[in-house]
Amino acid sequence: MMSEHPMPLWEVFIRSRTGQSHRHVGSLHAADAALALQAARDVYTRRGEGNSIWVVPAASITASDPAERGMLFEPAESKIYRHPTFYTIPDDVGHM
Amino acid sequence: MYTQALNERETVGPGEPVADAAFQARIDAEERIEANDWMPEAYRRTLIRQISQHAHSEIVGMLPEGNWITRAPSLRRKAALLAKVQDEGGHGLYLYAAAETLGVTREALVEQLLDGRAKYSSIFNYPTSSWADIGAIGWLVDGAAIMNQIPLCHCSYGPYARAMVRVCKEESFHQRQGFEIMLTLSRGSPAQRAMAQDALDRWWWPSLMMFGPPDGESQHSDRSMQWKIKRFTNDALRQKFVDATVPQARVLGLAIPDPALRFDAATQHWVHGPIDWEEFRQVLAGNGPCNRERLAARRRAHQAGAWVREAALAHAAKQQPAARAA
Repeated sequence: MMSEHPMPLWEVFIRSRTGQSHRHVGSLHAADAALALQAARDVYTRRGEGNSIWVVPAASITASDPAERGMLFEPAESKIYRHPTFYTIPDDVGHM
Repeated sequence: MYTQALNERETVGPGEPVADAAFQARIDAEERIEANDWMPEAYRRTLIRQISQHAHSEIVGMLPEGNWITRAPSLRRKAALLAKVQDEGGHGLYLYAAAETLGVTREALVEQLLDGRAKYSSIFNYPTSSWADIGAIGWLVDGAAIMNQIPLCHCSYGPYARAMVRVCKEESFHQRQGFEIMLTLSRGSPAQRAMAQDALDRWWWPSLMMFGPPDGESQHSDRSMQWKIKRFTNDALRQKFVDATVPQARVLGLAIPDPALRFDAATQHWVHGPIDWEEFRQVLAGNGPCNRERLAARRRAHQAGAWVREAALAHAAKQQPAARAA
């Protein structure tokens, strides 16, 4: 029925008003970066959700493989000495 | 909003029993499943169907309300209705994007809607013949939608759950603006009051049908519950809706068009009379009052917008070599 070219996919990141980093909020299709920005503004910031938008071609993102989750992230689990609570400090030292 | 259990039962393939068990264990542990994670094919298909039907419902749902934008009774009402219809378009986009993470293209989903293969919520095949219908839709249809959608914010598939969080935040305004319209009409002239009652009379039963067939006949509730795509049964959600809505109708001073409606003191629930499921089946089968009109309007809009999409892509292709050279 339709023989249209697919519209490229973009991932949308927004910095909220509270001055946080840009956060991923969703995705959308658009022909180019300028239209992607405009669509992101209409779709994702209708209620003052942010004051800065990034759009990134979805194809430009390289993601880690879920199957490698263990190999990548498990080593950190045993390294509890990287957290401040690992160290015992006498109570009379006060807040540290 | 607007998912409902209108799907056919999935035939489950032989699958991979070990992986299936590990997958179910993740679901049972309330872990979220993400786009690149392994999942049973039937889970993927069920989600693509449910999320895309939900998206189609948002898009088709813009039509009955769009009917009144140019005739809204005041600038305030017009601005609110315009914002609401724009929200529905946005909800459709969040949901299509969630469905696409499962490996289906936007073009394929739109094609399924336009050629009549895909279903959408039966409620949007009813006409909006008076301004009060805009109030009734916001109050009842969006009210029913919220009942359905809040549990979906905790469903097992991460992209769907996150899309629903955004949708639910916005949906509350829809219901309140609808109730306010009903309140204004019900406290207005006798003619306005009659208009509000007439809208309630026509939208009440179709709103109850939005939750889908009764639990005994629901085609795939068990699997969806097991996978935590669905957290409550159709009847349980319908009951919540009736319990919430009956007292609201009292505030409006309007009568719910169900002579059998009664409060059951033992269960503390409102018990409604029998639903005409034949009407529901007919509307789903394409024989509702507006099915053909809705699809024709979508097709027209899609075709009329084709030159814009083509021009945007042509412009982007032209700019690309220039951008590289720069």
